Amino acid sequence: MRELICINCPIGCDLKVYGDNRDNIRVEGNKCPRGEIYGKDEVLNPRRMVTSSVPIRKDEKTGIYEMVSVKTESAVPKELIFQVLSEIKRIKLTAPVEVGDVILRNVSGTGIDIVATAKKEH
Amino acid sequence: MKKYRVDIAVIGGGPAGLAAAVSAHEQGIRPSKILIVERDNVLGGILNQCIHNGFGLHIFKEELTGPEYAHRYIDMVEASDINLLLDTMVLNIDAGSGVHGTPYKIYATSMKDGVIEISAKAVILAMGCRERSRGALNIPGTRPAGIYTAGTAQRLVNIEGKMPGKDIVILGSGDIGLIMARRLTFEGAKVHCVAEIQPKSGGLQRNIVQCLEDFNIPLLLSHTVTEIHGKDRVEGVTITQVDENLNPIDGTAEYRYCDTLLLSVGLIPENEVSKTAEVKILDSTGGPEVDEKSETSRRGIFACGNVVHVHDLVDHVTEQAYAAGRSAAEYVKNYRDF
Repeated sequence: MRELICINCPIGCDLKVYGDNRDNIRVEGNKCPRGEIYGKDEVLNPRRMVTSSVPIRKDEKTGIYEMVSVKTESAVPKELIFQVLSEIKRIKLTAPVEVGDVILRNVSGTGIDIVATAKKEH
Repeated sequence: MKKYRVDIAVIGGGPAGLAAAVSAHEQGIRPSKILIVERDNVLGGILNQCIHNGFGLHIFKEELTGPEYAHRYIDMVEASDINLLLDTMVLNIDAGSGVHGTPYKIYATSMKDGVIEISAKAVILAMGCRERSRGALNIPGTRPAGIYTAGTAQRLVNIEGKMPGKDIVILGSGDIGLIMARRLTFEGAKVHCVAEIQPKSGGLQRNIVQCLEDFNIPLLLSHTVTEIHGKDRVEGVTITQVDENLNPIDGTAEYRYCDTLLLSVGLIPENEVSKTAEVKILDSTGGPEVDEKSETSRRGIFACGNVVHVHDLVDHVTEQAYAAGRSAAEYVKNYRDF
């Protein structure tokens, strides 16, 4: 049995996960169905959302970069977090960008896209 | 002096101010009679720098990042043609105004227009909160560069694309500190530890799991920073264990190398403007006393969001702001000029 804290929302339910494969796994302590999914995934295949921000242009007067925040469209396998981040670091962006624009497809071969979470006009 | 006359003036364009303005408009107040005054050059407030996800589960039933959550309300405000004054800082509300059916007089300033006077039948206070700083903690030592509040570091990294340092110690385990432990790790810094003076973290459990445990960052409970070392730049801190009365225990002091100290030691509602209007402020929350309609001790002045008390969830800020917007609209509809 593994004791976990659900990270889906700020309530943070205390979960108890029994079993170690798809057939015998069972979750207790969750207040909603997302907790059951999280408990199972966390034991069998832990995943995390990755968020970061990437430069889009530099203000020549102040030297300050304007940044655009980005995220993985859904959670990626936990062990790939730093590989995903290094791909995000290589992204070159140009304005305009809209919320939800795909800015990198299939990051680290996960089938998951990186999308912008903020808007930048020209 | 440039003058504006409106029904409702909303002070602050973060999540509370945006939702309050949208709500007042939904209640039938004309958008040209609502004015949001924001000191930054963009709407959205602190949500813009909270690029992590976890916002909006209650209201939108999905997990959004801070900028996405803000964007939903910014879109509503822009679609409705509600008036905006960006880059404009409210200085005070004339305490003598707003009585006997006269409007409140709000004074603000901007680079573009200089000093501005806003007359408003109702005012919604939505200024949010600010962080406790080193001065509030009385940590002895020198005053080198490299000491930041967690929120300042968050702004530097996420909005301005700058790293505050490479070797980080975080004092306080508030949520922003935990989020920044992960964020700085993502950007290649080494976060050596998070020291928390209390025996339990004040941050959300989910953040302890996914921001510290995922990256093996130690959380030192019942520990605090007792000295900051370094002349021009932080060179290290002394971390000491504390007893149940939060007093340092002799012989437990340990030197930790770092070039940056982040403080995540609590938030304080920002009520300098509220005080100028002589709104009653509670010692217990640091925010104005409000009734079930979000009205303060002054008739026609409403307050919502973190300016009232610090909320864990932005969803709750939005709900409170909707209520304040409704109350202000109702007040304006029953308002009679003398």
